[in-house]
Amino acid sequence: MNKEEIYEILESVKDPEIPVLSIIDLGILRSVEISQTGELVVSITPTYTGCPAMDTIEKEIQAKLEDIGRPVEIKTLISPAWTTDWMTERGRKNLEEYGIAPPAEATTDKSFLTGSHKVIRCPQCKSTNTEMISHFGSTACKALYRCKDCLEPFDYFKCL
Amino acid sequence: MTVEKALYNYIIRLGDNALILGQRLGEWCGHAHQLETDIALTNVALDQIGQARILLSEAASMEGPDRTEDHLAFHRDEKHFKNNLLVELENGDFARTITRQFLFDIYQYYLLKELTKSKNDFLKGYAEKSLKEVTYHRNLSSDWVIRLGDGTQVSHDKMQEALENLWRYTGELFEMDETDEVLISAGFVPDLNEIKSTWEKDVREVLTEATLTMPDMDAYMASGGRKGIHTEYMGYILAEMQYLPRTMPEAKW
Repeated sequence: MNKEEIYEILESVKDPEIPVLSIIDLGILRSVEISQTGELVVSITPTYTGCPAMDTIEKEIQAKLEDIGRPVEIKTLISPAWTTDWMTERGRKNLEEYGIAPPAEATTDKSFLTGSHKVIRCPQCKSTNTEMISHFGSTACKALYRCKDCLEPFDYFKCL
Repeated sequence: MTVEKALYNYIIRLGDNALILGQRLGEWCGHAHQLETDIALTNVALDQIGQARILLSEAASMEGPDRTEDHLAFHRDEKHFKNNLLVELENGDFARTITRQFLFDIYQYYLLKELTKSKNDFLKGYAEKSLKEVTYHRNLSSDWVIRLGDGTQVSHDKMQEALENLWRYTGELFEMDETDEVLISAGFVPDLNEIKSTWEKDVREVLTEATLTMPDMDAYMASGGRKGIHTEYMGYILAEMQYLPRTMPEAKW
């Protein structure tokens, strides 16, 4: 079995808190390596240092690969640090359809450092007339927003 | 002191600050004045616990192959914890918690920013990861300081009182000893005197906007955390945090 087929299997491992995102879409799957003797090493990185989903994700990777008879060693890396820039286009699209506004722009934007707030588009009615309610939402990776046009609250996946 | 020993000490300090502050903030779960604040404080707690896990795991691996983060978190006594006194203080009311958080966030932000330039790969990697999270913490606590300081007479007075009560614990954040000196020479860590001046500038800026009076930088400052001499509040927090793993060492999630 080659790397591409392993990637295909890992595509079915989803973030348990955002089930429309695979670990590939989210950019937390960093690498798949197969040694000459056939040992498989999968490297993943946490979105946030305290992300409680990491244990579940690790167990699921293990289970999926054991199902096809491939024991795997999983490495957790903290460097280079995960960034929302690694999220795939498909991931961003899936997020918005699911009702979570995707990260607005690349983190190279200075407003990230200065903390000034960005224009976020409502995933329901697409209006940009929105306001932040809270820096932190239902998970560490999200902030809570409200649309001033359709009046619906929504989650925004923060830039990191 | 060898560089390795100094590095171990330093990682323990950083890890203990993150662990104890995370535990303190976690006490707010289910108790904040509004759902959003409850969620925010516990998210900040989660980030701090995440940092503590990275740091204490690294320190444990330096002790030996059979040591883990749990040994360090749950099986050390008070005098072996090297966190700053500020992070162990009681939560008090929300004014006190958010002021403590603000004073610490600005410090942690600039410390991590400098550590991203470290010549030590572990410290550099840890800092790059955590700085992103702490940037959000800093925005949250600064916003609240401004909102409550420049709010009603009651909220203003509560914030000023919290600031004055906590101020004497800020001097310790910038204390340095042999551990720092060894690591500064190695290019691993920053000189805290430099961080002190940026911290002072930022704190002053936010307090001014919040219409709060900044206490005297040269006022009396409490000290002891770095030597394992803690306030009366430390024992209670450890008792709660360590009770289960000490009573039932075989307990598993």
